[in-house]
Amino acid sequence: MPRIQVKVDGTAYDDEVESRLLLVHYLRERLGLTGTNVGCDTSNCGACTVMMDGHSVKSCTVLAAQVDGSDITTIQGLSSNGDWHPLQRAFHTEHGLQCGYCTPGMIMASVDLLAENPDPSDEEIRLGLEGNLCRCTGYQNIVRAVRKAAETMAGDNTATQQEVAR
Amino acid sequence: MSKIDPEVVADELVEHGQVTTPDASRQVGASRLRKEDARLVTGQAAWTDNLVFPGMLHMAVLRSPMAHARIASIDVSQALRVSGVMAAFSGADLAADLGSLPCAWPVTEDMVSPEHPPLATEEVRYVGDGVAVVVARDRYSAADALEAIAVEYEPLPAVVDMEAALTDSDLVHADKGTNTCFVWPLSNGDVDAAFSSAEVVVERRFIQQRLLPTAIEPRAVVVAPIAAADEYTVYSSTQIPHILKLMLALTTGLPEHKLRVVAPDVGGGFGSKLNVYAEEVIALIVAKRLGRPIKWTESRSEGYQATIHGRDQIQDIALAADRNGRLRGLKVDLKADMGAYLQLVTPGIPLLGAFMYPGIYKMDAYDFRCTGVFTTKTPTDAYRGAGRPEATFAIERIMDELAVELGMEPLELRRRNWIRHEEFPYDTIAGLTYDSGNYEAATDKALELFGYDELRAEQVRRRESGDCMQLGIGISTFTEMCGLAPSRVLGSLSYAAGGWEAATVRVLPTGKIEVVTGTSPHGQGHVTAWSQIAADALSVAFEDVEVLHGDTHVAPMGMDTYGSRSLVVGGVAVQMAAGKVIDKAKRVAAHLLEAAEGDIEFRDGAFSVRGSPEASKTLGEVALAVFAAHDMPDDMEPDLTGSTVFDPENFSFPHGTHLCAVEVDTETGMVDIRSYVCVDDVGKVVNPMIVEGQVHGGLAQGIAQALYEEAIYDSEGNLVTGTLVDYLVPGAPDVPTFVTDRTETPATSNALGVKGVGEAGTIASTPAVVNAVVDALRHLGVNDIRMPCSPERVWRAIHCGDDQTSAAAVPAADHETLRQTDSAGGAQ
Repeated sequence: MPRIQVKVDGTAYDDEVESRLLLVHYLRERLGLTGTNVGCDTSNCGACTVMMDGHSVKSCTVLAAQVDGSDITTIQGLSSNGDWHPLQRAFHTEHGLQCGYCTPGMIMASVDLLAENPDPSDEEIRLGLEGNLCRCTGYQNIVRAVRKAAETMAGDNTATQQEVAR
Repeated sequence: MSKIDPEVVADELVEHGQVTTPDASRQVGASRLRKEDARLVTGQAAWTDNLVFPGMLHMAVLRSPMAHARIASIDVSQALRVSGVMAAFSGADLAADLGSLPCAWPVTEDMVSPEHPPLATEEVRYVGDGVAVVVARDRYSAADALEAIAVEYEPLPAVVDMEAALTDSDLVHADKGTNTCFVWPLSNGDVDAAFSSAEVVVERRFIQQRLLPTAIEPRAVVVAPIAAADEYTVYSSTQIPHILKLMLALTTGLPEHKLRVVAPDVGGGFGSKLNVYAEEVIALIVAKRLGRPIKWTESRSEGYQATIHGRDQIQDIALAADRNGRLRGLKVDLKADMGAYLQLVTPGIPLLGAFMYPGIYKMDAYDFRCTGVFTTKTPTDAYRGAGRPEATFAIERIMDELAVELGMEPLELRRRNWIRHEEFPYDTIAGLTYDSGNYEAATDKALELFGYDELRAEQVRRRESGDCMQLGIGISTFTEMCGLAPSRVLGSLSYAAGGWEAATVRVLPTGKIEVVTGTSPHGQGHVTAWSQIAADALSVAFEDVEVLHGDTHVAPMGMDTYGSRSLVVGGVAVQMAAGKVIDKAKRVAAHLLEAAEGDIEFRDGAFSVRGSPEASKTLGEVALAVFAAHDMPDDMEPDLTGSTVFDPENFSFPHGTHLCAVEVDTETGMVDIRSYVCVDDVGKVVNPMIVEGQVHGGLAQGIAQALYEEAIYDSEGNLVTGTLVDYLVPGAPDVPTFVTDRTETPATSNALGVKGVGEAGTIASTPAVVNAVVDALRHLGVNDIRMPCSPERVWRAIHCGDDQTSAAAVPAADHETLRQTDSAGGAQ
């Protein structure tokens, strides 16, 4: 069985895994990180999206054996010191979720989206999230939440830059 | 000069939108952010599939690959040799314990109701029908072991097409001798006279394609037994923990009081989790047999076969009118595909539509007939709207067709026929009493937001210039019946249960509040909304209220969540229960303040003697006094709990006007929604943010039926669209930005004045979109396009005059034909 050394949400793990074990099942069933959900079996819905070495991946499409040496961030590792990530806050304040099942994947995909494009238009947000399905919201408030988070993060960055300049 | 009452002034300011609702008072009407979100945005939700119990085993179900076959033999012995497998059972192995899955809605006395074994024993009747299960230490081993089960099938004819099924040439249930499940009529007025004396009659056939509900959380069930005590806790991703508990007891014979059902966090339902499923029963029986916790979680592709489907109806509709546009009569002949078996409310779904075909219009006569038909397909059942979207589609589509026939503006035709606001309450031709509404106000507001006249002018310009991008405008002025429901009405429709809802409100000794509700939310925000209702009724802080639900040990009474019933029945019950708490607390406060109960008033969270507000007791102080019970009034128990079981006197009738503008590319058939405006009237609103969210999501699902989604079976009964790759659930780029607004005509049938909202968007939007697509192409000779209005169908409607490109069942090799036709078209 392949042996992997992987960092997940800041914690290092050293595990033997079955070759066919999917990353999402490794996270959920071996590590107990059930914040990452499974919504399909064809990599269409995006509910299982996590960050792998700084880029979003659908963890149902990655084998656990492939993440040896990688750094994984799930929805459960997104907040720091109890402070929600701006995207988590924005999904809450803009009502960007209803049942919440797609939300972890939607937020992780949005993290990647905003990393690549910190100031996206509504259309760019919609296109950027086309790999993530939501059945409850009709997407409108998700788009609003991502835009709101982008504004917050831009403000935070400006503040940080001013801090650094000082 | 009379004294100004500051509370009245505050109310008026709030009503006119001049101030936001202050935090500590008047929660109802405020867009409070949801209490539910914290666990959901941080990945701490308790989905059923997250649950783990010591010794838990994973169950997998072997499913029939054939639509219809006799099981000649089945051998599970090799599965037991697979590493990790603990047990394997065929249907016959478990049959004695499994019982028959229930249908709670025998719509007619002579309805054909076949046995529905959770695992097939002799015959399989749809692709996905379960035949055996394996139980293993992990889910991968369980999946492996399915391949080791040997089943021999002797094929029987698939029965796919509804109209062919009605000839009974091939039978789904041979022992029943017919594929007709029931025929259910409804008639009012002299429809023959109305039609024979009418000047114009328009007839159409509309097809409601089969849909896959696709809640993003797949179904899952975990059964945790206490074997020695014969007690079982069933965790299920269900909308109906209470009904499920009762039905599991009736189905398996296990004593009801030894069963506990929990709906943990549930990731959407849309009706698909309003059921009693085979896997819930099987997992329960296997857990009982093995004395171990059992988990089963469907894969998406498995769920597409094993979880109920929606719609799938053929509607033959005829509308009679006079030349001046006055409607005379309506005839509907409906055929509804039941699938292979009757699930919980399968036969009742088209009947919920029966009452809605007349929509918001006045007419002299109405005749409806529904034939339920068995086919060898996955059973249908409730999917968001459940019968009413189909009805609304048919009436709103044919109103447009009648308008064309009469040469009348479609809006003008509607205005001439709709119930005017001063005519409420109004007894409709279908036998309902609409309590309130104002179709004029909603329509006027929608027209203004939409820019109707400007768009019509642009449409004329584009037609004249022969632009390849044609503009179409679609209208849907809808109402629907929801808020299920007055129990006596359900009884008259032969539904097996009532429509009440329970609530309990209790004040804890510290003054904090616990609300126990019988509703079972799965995305609707009940915890937040019920907190708002209780906070207002008890004059406590929103944050001081907790809402408990979804566990039959915690909330023992309930009728659960479906049919846009939760607020109008369950939310109203919360307010009523809170009122009982105040009544009790008033008696205690009077005793403590040494005053007559009639002199006590309750204001701003405190009880005081009228005229001397300095001596007062807060609700918390009263609660603590009751807890201590040192000094209670005579003949009063030390208990501040208020409980209500509310049975509504009428359905709820939200309404609204939806307007859709589409651009259709006549060269590619591509449809693009340019603008979508809807003004919904759902009465008084508890949380506008949540209401808007419900509308958005509903619109997306209704638009999906109009443009994207269709469950397709081939002639052999295979579900061709069996995965999320093949079944097009729209993503963010596929739906537009909506403009939503509201008018507010309070319901008169409940104390909060509220109406249901969960299904309104889905019900209204489908005809608005299709009317728009047809309107864009009307001048090209197009008068209908079958849903979904895919680019291919639209293109063919324009270029081949063909609006019937796909029957309900397509031949297995149809895609070949289509490809050839397409290339021929491309060469033109």
